[in-house]
Amino acid sequence: MITFMINDQEVTVPEGTTILNAAREIGIKIPTLCFLKEQKGVEFQSASCRVCMVEEPGRQKMLAACSTKAWNGLKVRTDTPRVIRTRRLMVELLLSNHPKDCLICHKNGDCELQTLAADSNVREVSFQGAMNKCRIDNSSLSIVRDMNKCILCKRCEEVCSNIQSVGCLTDVGRGFHTVVGTVFDWPMTDTTCTFCGQCLAVCPTGALAEVDNTRKVWDALVSGKTVVVQTAPAVRVALGEMFGMEPGSVVTGKMVGALRMLGFDYVYDTNFAADVTIMEEAAELVHRMKHGGVLPILTSCCPSWIKFIEHNFGDMLDIPSSCKSPHEMFGALAKTYLADRLNVPREDMIVVSVMPCVAKKYESARPELSVAGQSDVDIVISTRELGHMLREIGVNFESVKESDFDDFMGESSGAGTIFGVTGGVLEATLRTAYEWITGETLENVEFEAIRGFEDVKAATIDIQGKPFRVASASGLKNARKLLNSIRSGEAHFDAIEIMACPGGCIAGGGQPSVHQDYSILEKRMAAIYGIDEAKTIRQSHKNPSVIRLYEEFIGEPYGEKAHELLHTEYKLRKKM
Amino acid sequence: MLNFESLRALKTEAKKRLDARLADVPAVYLDETGTYKLRGPYFEKQTRIVLKNCEIIDPENIEEYIALDGYKALADLLEKNVPRREIVDEMIRSGLRGRGGAGFPTGRKWAEALKHDADHKYVICNADEGDPGAYMDRSVLENDPHSVLEGMTIAGLGIGADQGYIYVRAEYPNAVKRLNIAIAAAHKAGLLGERILGTDFSFDIELRLGAGAFVCGEGTALMESIEGRRGMPRNKVYRTAERGLFEKPTIINNVETLANVHHIYLNGADWFAGIGTPKSTGTKVFSVVGKVKDAGLVEVPMGTPLTKIIYDISGGIKNDLAIKAVQTGGPSGGCIPADLIPTTNVDFESLAAIGSIMGSGGLVVMDETDCMVDISRFFMDFTVEESCGKCTPCRIGNKRVLEMLERFIAGNGEPRDLPRLQELCEMIRDTSLCGLGQAAPNPVLSTLKYFRDEYMSHVRDKRCPAGVCKSLMTYVVREKCVGCGLCKINCPVKCITGERKTMHHIDPNACIRCGVCAAKCPVHAIELA
Repeated sequence: MITFMINDQEVTVPEGTTILNAAREIGIKIPTLCFLKEQKGVEFQSASCRVCMVEEPGRQKMLAACSTKAWNGLKVRTDTPRVIRTRRLMVELLLSNHPKDCLICHKNGDCELQTLAADSNVREVSFQGAMNKCRIDNSSLSIVRDMNKCILCKRCEEVCSNIQSVGCLTDVGRGFHTVVGTVFDWPMTDTTCTFCGQCLAVCPTGALAEVDNTRKVWDALVSGKTVVVQTAPAVRVALGEMFGMEPGSVVTGKMVGALRMLGFDYVYDTNFAADVTIMEEAAELVHRMKHGGVLPILTSCCPSWIKFIEHNFGDMLDIPSSCKSPHEMFGALAKTYLADRLNVPREDMIVVSVMPCVAKKYESARPELSVAGQSDVDIVISTRELGHMLREIGVNFESVKESDFDDFMGESSGAGTIFGVTGGVLEATLRTAYEWITGETLENVEFEAIRGFEDVKAATIDIQGKPFRVASASGLKNARKLLNSIRSGEAHFDAIEIMACPGGCIAGGGQPSVHQDYSILEKRMAAIYGIDEAKTIRQSHKNPSVIRLYEEFIGEPYGEKAHELLHTEYKLRKKM
Repeated sequence: MLNFESLRALKTEAKKRLDARLADVPAVYLDETGTYKLRGPYFEKQTRIVLKNCEIIDPENIEEYIALDGYKALADLLEKNVPRREIVDEMIRSGLRGRGGAGFPTGRKWAEALKHDADHKYVICNADEGDPGAYMDRSVLENDPHSVLEGMTIAGLGIGADQGYIYVRAEYPNAVKRLNIAIAAAHKAGLLGERILGTDFSFDIELRLGAGAFVCGEGTALMESIEGRRGMPRNKVYRTAERGLFEKPTIINNVETLANVHHIYLNGADWFAGIGTPKSTGTKVFSVVGKVKDAGLVEVPMGTPLTKIIYDISGGIKNDLAIKAVQTGGPSGGCIPADLIPTTNVDFESLAAIGSIMGSGGLVVMDETDCMVDISRFFMDFTVEESCGKCTPCRIGNKRVLEMLERFIAGNGEPRDLPRLQELCEMIRDTSLCGLGQAAPNPVLSTLKYFRDEYMSHVRDKRCPAGVCKSLMTYVVREKCVGCGLCKINCPVKCITGERKTMHHIDPNACIRCGVCAAKCPVHAIELA
């Protein structure tokens, strides 16, 4: 332990503690921009923004609080005129090379630079001069990169390289013209970017944003066509945060009610399609086991993960399940089964997905997920975008009258719900596959061993005396490790679930920003399991609407019609 | 493959051959102590240790290096089986300080690296010399490459390293070529690589070429570059000697530092400590450029008066104009005004005391025709271009400093800008992430301190006293004008008026200062003022 002074307050902390963390412990706020505390507590100290500089009286050189380890007897001050002036000057420098169009920026009100400028009492930008001019990269359907707004905190590079192991972002250019770019400054679409959106989840400014599809939705709503909307499991446990509600609030009913207020003709649940996914995936697993197919089977619900394996593990493309992701299954069923039931021609139906994810935007445009050039899912918006649309019409969210999903594709089991968290798809698969393989009833549907935020969770389940080995990984770096160990023959599993975002869809790139408060993710996870627990039906194959779908329309799971509508294929992509 | 015995025999043979060759070289003579030296007062007034072999031996012939006691220091240490601790202690006693700029005691660096156990340790030679006008290291690399190789090998022996890297800039093709020849020759002779001179000690050296980034001369950026990443300074959580290259204990020494090493072990730490001042021992090579009569490399003992270098060795100021300032330390250094020059000695302490730095040894002499604002702009332009772009103060701050200086030079400054410039420069100095950013505002801060009146002339009177900043000058027609009208005809903006055979007049507001009129005037009546 070491003891030192911050602003006349004595603080005793373990050796190796940074000035910043010690100050936080005694309630002294030192502002930061580039500093990033990651989910697992790892600290990314780029130490590049220099906003957290503090003063050791008598010493000319100032100390970066985020990355300077305190020592015994150190005396620092965070409140001297010099510290305050330096910080303000630093913010002014950043602003001198930053567009000052906050009023029309998508990050308005949620921007860390904006908050810092306000807190630092900046009233003018003393040092005006040349500004960096960068071409906006809007090549992709998921992410817009406007590097004019970048402050080079490098958080995006950190998550892209060290959390996701994708590494498609790096600094390019020199000196004043340095920007975060892609390899050879290629457009995002030409890179190995998986569109997981974790970069924009950590971006402190408006430099990284999702492609805004809200205008398209407004246009659809007045187009005269039948507009159906589906909502992913993770949306209902995070949307409330957009309206100041406690993290972890379950707002399913209000969300449905609010969607009706927006003017959607029918409101459905992606959870229903998740149940269908389990029918197909469990059937595929049983099929592979019975017919000596390739094992492990990998889940295929996450489009970001699929793009990752297409780029990086081209030799293993026979391993993922051929199941489409749930919202794409929904799209395919909506434009066939549902269109038929509602008496709406396919071309007069518009399917909108509300997702916690930005990769789903790119996914919906994959050519194999369309019929005659018309995508099964027409428009994808994120949780954030839905929040923005509701703010546009001035919804008082907390007082919205609760409503239920519509019939045919609105009913779901607890298994469909837990698709929103890491381990959830695997657990849902087991709840069904166990019964199908053994023919017995599963007494306890909760598989605790594969729950939680750990990087990789592995478990062995006893199925009729035979060990069934499963694993679940979230975060693409963990997925890469897991896949490498399978490829090398080091590890053997029968079923694996992978989600690109650490923690699963609850931490998706389209969710309201948590601003490094990861307890919010824990609350969202608890909320998802809470919904599951409250359900009477907790297994996908017991969902009456699903049973009706198969009886009336699809027939056998993993059968001919199922293959046509609910399964897809993958393609090899270049590694760079 | 040589062993101790055959190395000695080779030395005797090689010496004879060298003697025979040099007997016919008029520029070289043998002094009373039996040392080869370059003829002429320019060289004789210097104390050449690092540059001892330069221009004398053939750098592509390892035998000529061996002839003049090359690799003897290494061989002696190996033959006597001197323990690592003693090797490092000898270096500490010599008082040698890093010649790359900061002047950190070399022995302490070595001792720190020796302290940490690891399966690999590295010795890096920083040969990414990048200061404008400085070419001390280049000269050593091109003319005496083996002295660097031997220095690195001794360093490796001292700290227990097995691999060395020379990070040399690709813009020095000749140095790269000669280093490659030298490494191959040393390999062939058994002086580098596996089991050096037949002992258990193995040490190898590889070249790594820089790609033109000045910041890669900063130690941690250099290591990032060797490891294959973008050369950006690291956030220094660990010392390099503890966790450096590939996370292993590493020492980084500059070319000139390493070129001193074998001399120290040949002649003893006490001999070395006896040269220079008590705190700055040995000699320093300066690259004296600018307005001196004889520009070039000058090696003198630490603590030598600046006047001796400028007037005695380099022959004084060109055209016998008045000296205005001396800039030391390259783009990170400061300007020493004329009135401090007579009392300034060149050693780490003296230069720091007056707000400049030793740096790597750049020494730019300026006379009354140099504008200090323009000089500051020149150096800022360099650092802005060379900033890696990582931290805010260096990336944006230095750019704003440069823009401010450019405004001054264009006549768009205001007196209230000066305190703001000062504040910004101090902030950059105190908050930047690495040495490049921290030192970048030095040229501005030192000129603001010693030449504030010159800044005031620019911002208040819109005048450049040295007559350098063109935007602040106007062309005027003097009495000599004969009214020929040539200027009027040739002026591209038609701002000259006057009847034939009467004196003409230039409208200063319309004039674009192209200078055509002055060039055309047959009687030289048009001047810049």
